[in-house]
Amino acid sequence: MDYGLDTKSTRLKTFNTIFIITWLLIACFPFIWTFWGSFKVRADFFSRSDWWYAISAFNTLIETGGKFTTNAYTEAWTEGEFWKASKNTIIVTVFVVSISLFLGTLGAYALSRSTEKYAFWILMIALIFRAMPHITLVSGYLFPFFELQIWGILPTTIVVLVAINQPFTLWLLYSFFKTVPKELDESALIDGCSYFQAFRHIIMPVMWPGVITAGLFSLMLAYNDFTVTALLLNQENHTMVPKIQSYLGTNQHEGNLMWAVSAVVSATAPLFMLVMFFQRQVISGLTAGAVKG
Amino acid sequence: MRKILVTLLFLLFGTSAFADCNIKSGSINILANDFPALRTFVETSKQCKGSADFKVTHSSEHNKIAVPALTANPSEFSARIAANSSIVPLMNQDLIRPLDDLVKKYGKGIQDSQLITIDGKVMAVAFMANTQHLYYREDVLKDMGIAVPKTYEEVVAASEKIRASGKMKYPYAAAYKAGWNLAEEFVNMFIGHGGEFFKAGSAQPNINNAKGVATLNMLKKLSELSNPDYLTHDSEAIKVEWESGNVALMTLWASRSGTLLDDEGDAKITAATKLTGPATVGGGNIPAATLWWDGFTLAKNRPDADAEATFRALAHAASNKKMVADASDQAVWLVEGFVPGPKSIGVIEAVKMGAKPYPMLPQMGLMHGALGSEIVEFLQGKESAEQALKDVEAAYISKAKEQGFL
Amino acid sequence: MGIIFPHLIKILMPNKTFFWFFLPTGLAMILFIGLPIISTGIQSFYAQHDQVVKEVKKCDPFGCTVSIVVDNEETTKIRNAKPLGKFNAFGTYTDRNHLAVDEIKKFWNETESFGAFVDQVTNLPFYKALIFTLTYCLFVTPNVLLLGFIIALSLNAVARKIRGPLIFGTILPMIVTPLVGSLVLFWMIDSQGIIGANIQNLMNDPYLSLKSSKTLTWITIIIYGIWHHSPFAFVVFYAALQTVPQEPIEAAIIDGASRLQRIKHIVLPHIYPVVTFVALISLMDNFRVFEPIIGFSAEGSAQSLSWLIYDNLVNEEVILFGSAAATSMMTIIGIAILLAPVLIRTWKEFKTAR
Repeated sequence: MDYGLDTKSTRLKTFNTIFIITWLLIACFPFIWTFWGSFKVRADFFSRSDWWYAISAFNTLIETGGKFTTNAYTEAWTEGEFWKASKNTIIVTVFVVSISLFLGTLGAYALSRSTEKYAFWILMIALIFRAMPHITLVSGYLFPFFELQIWGILPTTIVVLVAINQPFTLWLLYSFFKTVPKELDESALIDGCSYFQAFRHIIMPVMWPGVITAGLFSLMLAYNDFTVTALLLNQENHTMVPKIQSYLGTNQHEGNLMWAVSAVVSATAPLFMLVMFFQRQVISGLTAGAVKG
Repeated sequence: MRKILVTLLFLLFGTSAFADCNIKSGSINILANDFPALRTFVETSKQCKGSADFKVTHSSEHNKIAVPALTANPSEFSARIAANSSIVPLMNQDLIRPLDDLVKKYGKGIQDSQLITIDGKVMAVAFMANTQHLYYREDVLKDMGIAVPKTYEEVVAASEKIRASGKMKYPYAAAYKAGWNLAEEFVNMFIGHGGEFFKAGSAQPNINNAKGVATLNMLKKLSELSNPDYLTHDSEAIKVEWESGNVALMTLWASRSGTLLDDEGDAKITAATKLTGPATVGGGNIPAATLWWDGFTLAKNRPDADAEATFRALAHAASNKKMVADASDQAVWLVEGFVPGPKSIGVIEAVKMGAKPYPMLPQMGLMHGALGSEIVEFLQGKESAEQALKDVEAAYISKAKEQGFL
Repeated sequence: MGIIFPHLIKILMPNKTFFWFFLPTGLAMILFIGLPIISTGIQSFYAQHDQVVKEVKKCDPFGCTVSIVVDNEETTKIRNAKPLGKFNAFGTYTDRNHLAVDEIKKFWNETESFGAFVDQVTNLPFYKALIFTLTYCLFVTPNVLLLGFIIALSLNAVARKIRGPLIFGTILPMIVTPLVGSLVLFWMIDSQGIIGANIQNLMNDPYLSLKSSKTLTWITIIIYGIWHHSPFAFVVFYAALQTVPQEPIEAAIIDGASRLQRIKHIVLPHIYPVVTFVALISLMDNFRVFEPIIGFSAEGSAQSLSWLIYDNLVNEEVILFGSAAATSMMTIIGIAILLAPVLIRTWKEFKTAR
C-alpha cells in the first residue's frame, strides 16, 4: 500500500517519521497549548509579562490555590450557557450535513452522467457562485428574512448553510462520481433499473468514501461558521461560534477570555471522536471503491 | 461558583421584590450589544414584564442587524439599545419613534438629564455613560517625582522621563489598533484641539488643517512611547500590558476600570493603579476625550401596544435604584440614586471638565471609518501628516458621495 | 459488469431525468446565491439619494448642541419615488475607494518617475488590498498543494493502526474555529508570548516583534495561511491516493524506476483531476482571505479585498452596501480571471470526455 515509498529503505523511513513528527508538532502545538492553558487562569494564559506563567501557573496558584482549575469549564457551560449553544450546534450540523449530502449527491450524480454542454456550464456557474464573499450574501439576506419574519430561527440558518455549501459539495462529489466507472450504472440501466434505482442501489454503495469526505467538509462549515450563524440567529438559537465570540468582550467592555478558551477545547473533543470513527470508513471504503483500473 | 450563586440570588430576590409593573399585553423583543452591564439592565427590565411576551438578543453583531431588522414591517425588535454612534443610522433611516407621549405617561422615575432629545423630540433614554480617561501608576510617578499629568504634553514629558530612567521601555499605552480604535483616538485628540470635523452646517470634511496636523503629531509622539506593536493593541491588550506592569500611563475606557481595580492579578499593581480625568491637549481647556452614553430606543414599525409594553419594562430598569446600587461596579449609571464609586472618577471628571459627547452626526460614521485606515501610514512613518489627512478626506468624500451626503 | 460490452453502448441521461436530479440543489443555489448575486450586481450600480439635512438642536445627558440631522420627511419622499437609489452606473466602481480611475490619471500626469507613480497608486485602498491579496495567493496556494501532497504521501506510508490519531492531528489546524485559533496564536506570537519570545531568543534580538513591521506581519499571515489550509489539501490528496492502482507501481519498481519517477509518472497523473480541484478551491479561498487579518489584528499592515468588503459592511455605523457590492463583484471577476487557465483546461477535458 505504500505508493511512491519503499518500505525497505530504512533511511527513508526514518526521514518519513521525523517529517511526520515535526509536522504534527507544528499542526497540534497551538491546540495542545490551548488545551493546557484552558486549565489556568487568564492572568497566566494571556500574560504579557512572561509566557512561562502559563506553565508554572503562577497566578493560578494565587487565585485558586491549585495548579490547575476547571473553573473556566464549569462557568462557561453553566453561567455562559454553552450547553444551549452546543445543543443548537448539534441540530444545525446534523441537518446541514444530511441535507447537503442528499441534495449534493443527487445533483453531482446527474452532472457526472450528463454529457450535455449545460452540465459544464452549471459547474462553472457553481464555481462563480462559490466566489461570492459570504458576508455580502448574508447582508443581502437580512432584510428579506426580517420582512418574511423567518430571521433568527434554526431552519433558516440550516437552509442558508446548505445552499452556501452546495457549490463545493457539488464539485467535490462530482469529481468522486467521475471516478466511478459509467459501466456500473449503465449495465444496471440496461437491466431495466430506473436512473434513481441505479443511483440508489448501485452507485451509492460504492460512493461512501466520497460522501464521507464531502460530509466532513459540510460538517466543518456548519460547525465553524461565524458569518451566517452570528447574523441570522437570535440569542435563543445561537450556536457555539457566535457564543464563543460573545465571550470575547467588546471594545469598551471586558469579556471572559478563559470561557472562550475552554469552550473551544470543549467544541473540539466531539470532532476527535467523529474523525476517529469515520477515518476507518474512508480508508476501507476508498480502497474498496477504487474499481477503476 | 460564587458568581453563579450571586446571580441566582439576585434573580430570585429581584423577581420577588419587584414584581410587575402591571403590563397586560404586548410583546417585547430587545436587540442589544453583549456585555455584563447591558445584561443586568435587560434582566432588570424583564422583572416587570407582567404578562407580556419577553425576548432579547444580545449580539456582538448588533450594529449589522439593527437597520434591516427595524426596517422590516413589523420590525423584529421592539427596542434597540444603542449608543451615540449607533443611534445615527436608525435616525438616518427614520426607524425609531419619538418617546414624548410614553415618557409623559410612564416615565416618572426617569430624570430629565437622561432624555436624548433631537429637534425637541425625545428619541432615546440614556442609562449609562462612558469615556476614555487617564490611568496612572501612583508608585512610579511618585518615585520619579512626577506630578499627575493634566495635559498630553505632560503625559509625553512624564513618559519620556520614565523611559530615560530605564524603568520601563514603553511607559505609555492606548488602544491604537488600526481601524475603529485608532480613529477613536484621533477623534478624541482632534476634539481636544478644538477641531470641528465638518464645515458648519454641511457634510464637507474639515480636518486637513493645522488642528488635524497637530492631532496627528501628538498621536505619533504618544505612539513612539508605546509598545511597537501598538497598531494591534485594542483595549484588552493594553489592559493586560498594564496588569503586567509594563506601563505607567494609559488612556483607556472607564468601563474597563473594573478589572484593573479588582482583587485578581498582582496586588502591588492594583494598589498603585489610580484613575484621573482625561487630559487636555494643545493648551485647550476641554479634555481630549468624548463622552458616550448607552440608551434605549423604540422601533417605529411596531404596534403601539408593543411600544408601550417595551417602554414600561425598559423605563423600569432605567429608573431602578436597586439595580444601580447592586451593579454599581458594572457601569457609570446615569440613573437616579447612583453613587459614583472610585471606578467612575474618570467619567465624573470628564463631565466636570466639560468634555464633549461623541458627535451624533449622520455622516460621522463614514469619517470614523476613513480615519481608521488612512492615518496608519503616517504613524508608520511612510507619509506626511498632510498627505494622510488628504487621504482621509478623499476616502471620506467617496463614501459620503455614495451615501448621498455630498 | 461487462456482460454485453456496455462500453459500446452510449447511454445518455435524458434531460428530464437530469432536471429532476438537479432540481433541489439547483433551486437552493439559485434562491440563496444566484438571486443575491444578481441583486448585489444591480445595487452596485446605484448610490443613495441625496440626503436632505437640516440643522436642529440635540440634547443628551452632557449638554445641547446644534448640528445636522437627516430630514426624514423630505428624504422619505425621494426614497419612495425611487426605492433603489440614484443610478450611478460605474460611479462606485471608479471612485477613489475602488478602481480610482481619475486619481490614477492624475498621478500618471503629475508624477515624474514610474516609481513615484507606483507609490501613489499603492497608497489607494483598493490597490493596496489587491497587492496583499495576490501576494497571499501566490505564496499560500502552491505551498498548500505541496505540503498537503507531501503529508499525504508520508502518512500513507505509516502503519495503518496509528493513522487515525495522526489524521486527526493533521487536520486540527483546519477544524479548530479560526476565530479562536488565531486569537490564541496571536497571543503566542506576541513578543512576550511563547513563540514570539523564543524567536527573539533564537534571533538574539530583544526588539524583534512579529506584529510591528509590515513585512513580518505579512510573513506571519502567509505562514498561518499555509498552516491552516494544508490539511484541506491533505484530506483530498490522501483520499485520492487510496485509489492509485498498485500494478503499474509494481511494474515500475521492476523496471527500476526511482521513487521520484514513480510519483511523477504514475501517482501524479492518476490524481491529476483532484489536484486541479484542490488548486481551484484553495486559489479561490485564498483570494477571499480575511479571517487571519481580523484574528491577528493586522488591519494596519495588511488589507485584502474581502477585508474591504467586511469593513464596509461591518466596521462602520453606516453600512456601505453599494461599495461592498462593487468590491464583491470585482472579487468574483478577479477569481474568474485567476481561475481562467484551470477552467479552460476543464472545458477541454469535458469536451474529450463527451
